[in-house]
Amino acid sequence: MATTEAPPRRRETLDRAVIRFCGDSGDGMQITGSQFTNTAALYGNDLATFPDFPAEIRAPAGTLPGVSGFQINFSSSDVYTPGDSVDVLIAMNPAALKMNIADLKTGGILIVNTDNFKDTDLRKAQIVRNPLEDHSLDGYRVFAAELTKLTRLALKELGLDAKSMDRCKNFFALGMCYWLYNRPMDATVRWLEDKFKAKPKLVDANRLAMQAGYSYCEATEAFQVSYDIPPARLSPGTYRNINGNSALALGFVAASVRSGLPLFQGSYPITPASDVLHELSGYKDFGVTTFQAEDEIAAMAAAIGAAYSGSLAITTTSGPGMALKMEAIGLAVMTELPVVVCDIQRGGPSTGLPTKTEQADLWQALFGRNSEAPLPVIAPQTPGDCFWAAIEASRIAVRYMVPVIVLSDGYLANGAEPWRIPEVSELPDFPVHFRTEPEGFQAYMRDPETLARPWVKPGTPGLEHRIGGIEKQENTGNVNYEPLNHERMVRLRAAKVQAVAQDIPEIVPAGDTEGDLLVVGWGSTYGSITAALKAQRAKGRRVGHVHLRYLNPLPRNLGEVLGRYKKVVVAEMNMGQLLMVLRAKFLVDAVGLNKVQGKPFQQAEIEAKIEEMLK
Amino acid sequence: MTATLPVLTRKDFQTDQEVRWCPGCGDYAILAAVQSVFPELGIRRENFVVVSGIGCSSRFPYYMNTYGFHTIHGRAPAVATGVKLARPELEVWIATGDGDALSIGGNHTIHMLRRNVGVKVMLFNNRIYGLTKGQYSPTSEKGKKAKSTPYGSVDQPFNVLSLAIGAEATFVARSVDVFQPHLKATLKKAAAHRGSAFLEILQNCNIFNDGAWETLTDKDIKDDHVIALEHGQPLVFGKSRDKGIRMNGLNLEVVALGNGVSEKDLIVHDEKHPNPAYAFLLSRMEGQPGFPTPIGVLRAVEAPRYEDDVKAQIQGIVAKRGAGDLAALLKSGDVWDVR
Repeated sequence: MATTEAPPRRRETLDRAVIRFCGDSGDGMQITGSQFTNTAALYGNDLATFPDFPAEIRAPAGTLPGVSGFQINFSSSDVYTPGDSVDVLIAMNPAALKMNIADLKTGGILIVNTDNFKDTDLRKAQIVRNPLEDHSLDGYRVFAAELTKLTRLALKELGLDAKSMDRCKNFFALGMCYWLYNRPMDATVRWLEDKFKAKPKLVDANRLAMQAGYSYCEATEAFQVSYDIPPARLSPGTYRNINGNSALALGFVAASVRSGLPLFQGSYPITPASDVLHELSGYKDFGVTTFQAEDEIAAMAAAIGAAYSGSLAITTTSGPGMALKMEAIGLAVMTELPVVVCDIQRGGPSTGLPTKTEQADLWQALFGRNSEAPLPVIAPQTPGDCFWAAIEASRIAVRYMVPVIVLSDGYLANGAEPWRIPEVSELPDFPVHFRTEPEGFQAYMRDPETLARPWVKPGTPGLEHRIGGIEKQENTGNVNYEPLNHERMVRLRAAKVQAVAQDIPEIVPAGDTEGDLLVVGWGSTYGSITAALKAQRAKGRRVGHVHLRYLNPLPRNLGEVLGRYKKVVVAEMNMGQLLMVLRAKFLVDAVGLNKVQGKPFQQAEIEAKIEEMLK
Repeated sequence: MTATLPVLTRKDFQTDQEVRWCPGCGDYAILAAVQSVFPELGIRRENFVVVSGIGCSSRFPYYMNTYGFHTIHGRAPAVATGVKLARPELEVWIATGDGDALSIGGNHTIHMLRRNVGVKVMLFNNRIYGLTKGQYSPTSEKGKKAKSTPYGSVDQPFNVLSLAIGAEATFVARSVDVFQPHLKATLKKAAAHRGSAFLEILQNCNIFNDGAWETLTDKDIKDDHVIALEHGQPLVFGKSRDKGIRMNGLNLEVVALGNGVSEKDLIVHDEKHPNPAYAFLLSRMEGQPGFPTPIGVLRAVEAPRYEDDVKAQIQGIVAKRGAGDLAALLKSGDVWDVR
């Protein structure tokens, strides 16, 4: 008996899904991924993203170095990582397929654009046999479609040239994904209308392509199942999607508003920090002054000049720029001026991997200046946390009259998550006091609690004084080379940084507050470690997690907490930098879990290490 | 809004710090000139900021009773730019040297000039690195025997004023440490200039490069080797004022007055000449055999100050969009509520 009807369509409810869009840099994968992310966030899912950019602006089309990817993990429960393995892979060409297929889970959905799987495309990807024909993809559910042809068909009435039509095929793929996960398309339509408002034809083209992709899945029998991933139970509030760089920028605006200080940014373009400069340049209505300096050193020097003049001064950069700024940072330490220096870390050394993430600048932040030049170091742990880190760094810089380093990284900078927008009343207040009283003034007299020297704005009558990089006499601030004075000043500057410890919270470990193993991390490893910890504790293991937000000074009770566990492992995307600091400071026999591959830790990697250590 | 300006004197600008330049250093003369000029500028003392880099020149702020910032080698223009962007109303002066401004600081110098930041730069050129005890500098003559060039330097020096003009400087001038009246007058002109004012001050380092500018300062021969430019005046020099400069095609030419050549044939100095090539041509006289070295103001043209344009842009946006609302900013874009 022949069946004349296709089996009825099913809708399955899932707890989570991981989608990766990948294609040539020119295929618009970042836009596609961002749009899907935005829609998922508005829908109410918790999510985490991982954009994976190639280093070149535009490698030859179709080649392996040109592959660009975007991964999103979205769920109806808490999401901590972009996902260890992928459920749905959309590969726009053979190079993208080759670079990404290994991460697709067995039985996962693979959507490919067969129009880009011709012989020339295979050759560019250095592939000999067409994977669509050689059974190498038998383990997956493959949906091969002529995406380019279908897109052109959908747009044929618009009178566009072939190249313009082809540029819309990423929206066709997006439409397919919206169908697959039963998502509304109106947020993307709104975005198109805004982005292409000067070119309405492009609004229509992309919208039609997207709707065609959606309809294609609806009409075709190939897709029997679509999925529902219900909204997550996030705490009540108003939410937005945010990435780390944007959160950082907003945090500094908030700090400026709360403190009443005008914000000054001196920066030089560098991947992956440039977006902070771009965004802050658009906030002139908040009185923000942004200065694209001639080089990294000038950027920091100008920030110092602005801090000297009474502004909330910041500079943003990545590893190589940090290296250039070091002498100037030392000047800020010696002249005790408040400047926030943001290092959005990337793979190194030297030029390294500009678009890949790493967290190997910790030693540079702690020790990079000549001589004894300690300063506070703060590391945000999620994209949204970059907002709070910016405010906290500003507060400490101004209160203690000291430069502060914020260590973010490429993964936080470009990764996105839903973020509960705080009410302005929730933002910390930080009072700023400029000295105006000449009576009894000495340039380097100190506050008894913070050891900060007075902040005096030039233009204040009666308080004219000189500061500089040469060692100075305690209190008076006059140039002074005396041996005992120098040692006293070195110790005072160190004590001032140490005094910040009175002002920061004590550590409370996540998970078991004492037990067999403690995982220590800092920065963007937060998500992977949190996910791994949850899973391990569900398996009955007694493990805790300390995630350091303050790398200098360290929290007051850290030593005591480390002592509560039989074993300590420090997971870092470097060769063991925090590890060495903890071992040296606390004489704890901690071991390292070190990954320097330009990618975040997978939850599985951390779990494997925990299990190995508890065998 | 400001109360009447208190009458300021030289003493108001002197600090209690013992001046530690070598006896006989040209910097003393420059300090004296600056301390006598600042009180006459009609600016409240607390509004001055003196910024320096590293070098003997850069010890200057410690001897001026104003706000002062002794920064790091070469970076004074960048720090000063930050000060002016934050507080455009402050009066910012830089004390720097040939090494500080033109070697390590070359990049910051040219960009500050290009932007026309309203900072007055005093470049003390002694053709040597004094503080580090005697290496050659980017303005040392080719063949200079110094600590790091015992067999003589192999590089060509910068022509300082040509460089400044090439960097789009709107005010370019030169004076000499021992020409006190000329130095004071030129400092005043620099002070009056609204944008970047670049003033090279030929200075004698009597310990490590004594006599570098002797030909220009020795009372018997200086008049034949120096031409003092005056806006609106013909280019005449010489002890008996018997020589002049005239244009010959694209070149300058030294001529003897008399014998059919009169002042009418000479170039009349125009510091406001819109074409920087004119000032550039004048700057090339330095070091050319047979030509005098120009001192005074080569160029003084009006152009918008960087910090004013930056501020105006910000104010324009505030006027157009209204002052920013933090709550609205945080909630901008696609937001959703979770109950």
